[in-house]
Amino acid sequence: MITRRKLLKSTAASGLTVAAGGLAAPALAQGAKIRLGYVSPQSGPLAAFSEADQFIIDGFLGSDAGANFEVIVKDSQSNPNRAAEVAKELIIDDEIDMMLVASTPETTNPVATTCEAEEIPVISTVAPWQPYFIGQQGNPGDPGSWRPFDFSFHFFWGLEDVISVFTAMWNQLETNKSVGAIFPNDGDGNAWGDPNVGFPPVLDAQGYTLTDTGRYQNLTDDFSAQINAFKAANCEIITGVPIPPDFTTFWTQAKQQGFNPKAASVGKAILFPQAVEALGDQGHNLSSEVWWSPSHPFASSLTGQSAGDLANGYEAATGKQWTQPIGFVHALFEMAANVMGRVEDSRDPDEVAAAIAATELSSIVGRIAFDGAGLPPFAVQNVAKTPLVGGQWRLKDGGGYDLVIVDNSDHPNIPTGGTMEEIAS
Amino acid sequence: MIWVDTIIQGILLGGLYALFAAGLSLVFGVMRLVNLAHGDLIVMGAYLILVLVTLLGLSPFVAVFVAMPLMFGLGWALQRFLLNRTLGDDILPPLLVTFGLSIALQNALLEGFSADSQRLPTNALTTASVEIGSITLGVMPLLTFASAVLVIVGLNQLFYRTEIGRAFRATSDDATTASLMGIKPANIFATATGIALVIVTIAALYLGLRANFDPNIGPARLIYAFEAVIIGGLGSLWGTLFGGIIIGVAQTVGAAINPEWQILAGHLAFLIVLLVRPRGLFPRAND
Repeated sequence: MITRRKLLKSTAASGLTVAAGGLAAPALAQGAKIRLGYVSPQSGPLAAFSEADQFIIDGFLGSDAGANFEVIVKDSQSNPNRAAEVAKELIIDDEIDMMLVASTPETTNPVATTCEAEEIPVISTVAPWQPYFIGQQGNPGDPGSWRPFDFSFHFFWGLEDVISVFTAMWNQLETNKSVGAIFPNDGDGNAWGDPNVGFPPVLDAQGYTLTDTGRYQNLTDDFSAQINAFKAANCEIITGVPIPPDFTTFWTQAKQQGFNPKAASVGKAILFPQAVEALGDQGHNLSSEVWWSPSHPFASSLTGQSAGDLANGYEAATGKQWTQPIGFVHALFEMAANVMGRVEDSRDPDEVAAAIAATELSSIVGRIAFDGAGLPPFAVQNVAKTPLVGGQWRLKDGGGYDLVIVDNSDHPNIPTGGTMEEIAS
Repeated sequence: MIWVDTIIQGILLGGLYALFAAGLSLVFGVMRLVNLAHGDLIVMGAYLILVLVTLLGLSPFVAVFVAMPLMFGLGWALQRFLLNRTLGDDILPPLLVTFGLSIALQNALLEGFSADSQRLPTNALTTASVEIGSITLGVMPLLTFASAVLVIVGLNQLFYRTEIGRAFRATSDDATTASLMGIKPANIFATATGIALVIVTIAALYLGLRANFDPNIGPARLIYAFEAVIIGGLGSLWGTLFGGIIIGVAQTVGAAINPEWQILAGHLAFLIVLLVRPRGLFPRAND
């Protein structure tokens, strides 16, 4: 059993630098445990994102570095107002040193905004960076007015990555380059369909024609209008960012009405294996963006586990198939341990924020550094990008689906498990 | 041809809404009770069918017949021991209790089944279609519509051809006088809710086969059901079917113009009917 004292003594004696997992840091020697607040949607429609939370937090607290921390977990109930409220409770009642928040702009934004106002350092993830950064601005429509944050930091990919991954996957197939889009009237749908920063300009530049019928409301029961329009335009590719029940409705109706595209690359709806299984055997070769998988060649700075080990551990502990948020929630706690390992006083928000900004961490989701790589100037200070690749769901013998990486053109260090296949009609 | 297709798809969609609404319409017609937990009860029915399918390895179409008596018993008990106590001159207590029931059901389902979205196991039937001229129609939507019509016909037979139906109508018209004639309103109400939950089970089957469901999806299903009941006229069963079709067609026609109009068009149709016929299209004369 390694106690905190013993660990600090031994690491100090062996002359390890702070960079080595952040275990020998002065802030860890202050006696009292460092208090982390963690907000995520554990109930409500977004709860699937948080299913691995308990597993990850138990693993973190059981690790050597994690023993120095106390994690106070709050449920946003998938409600932005509730998220802001529990963030305030964590800051005022629980007097946390740092906030961690994960999963969808509906959770990250209210919490990050609250922390920024209360001057508490916050690290967020699992939301594309545009809705995180632009969504928190006073006037999202006026880029000139956008200001960086002092205490709020975010690591994930952006819309430009998903566009690049999807088009790279389609380019692997012989198609007529006619794309049909189902973009809902919500934050994601409006961003994906935006004529300036969304899919339309990129598709145009690459010679694709886009049939975008307009923004529909979530939980729509009928997609005949879209299907008719796609048939009329002879679309061979489908893209969009619907919620899972809507995609099931759309895909089932498309098959019923004899519309069989060659590729369907869809964000959000088919993120989780359960959602693909809900399609019966109609989910074969649907494609999606992949932010993390067990075959990603990264390891945890906290436990040394590889991505594959972490996913296997989760499957063994819960009996459920791995999901993508596992890696990112784990990386959040890696960030916490790493940052707190580099500060003198964990209660000094300015010092902690400066330490976050100076992070350069090889985490289980890849390198995290706020060096502005691949980002426009306004977001450089607050956002770190992680790699994104493309994958296809393949039906397994005996039921269930596997996510196979089929495109890595943007990040060749992440191995592919196959190449893009057409959907059989 | 697109327009013919649009309208037919809308009518079929209306069948689904009518199926969602039929139980609500029945309960309202008999005891003036607006059951805000109706959508959540449909979701619960879908989970019940899912459990039967997984545990007993039945086809969903067989499992629904196993689920029906269970749901009838549940509805009977729910009305007899809970909702009957809330009925009275004041319309607020039943609303509040069913609202609370809705939240309790959602969280119980979340606790029991987690937030994963589920779907009843599907086979080739789900994506099967028939060609009529140049229009391709799904077999599943056709089945849904046929079931809705069957349910409405069945309920009408029950109401107007049987003794229990007579008791329903008598209690609905005047519970006090009916009880003088030896009818126990408490039991009549319980039976009505039981039958409503049998219909809920049928709705649950099609909900679960059509798309994903999760514990939180119920309230979104309630609103169209509610509108269908109101458009049709409170207490009128054929009106409910007609109301569902109006909303379905309004939605598909709205979407054909622009998908942004889809949901709005349904709601607008509802408002227009309310403006022109505040009591719905086929209100029962004596309400």
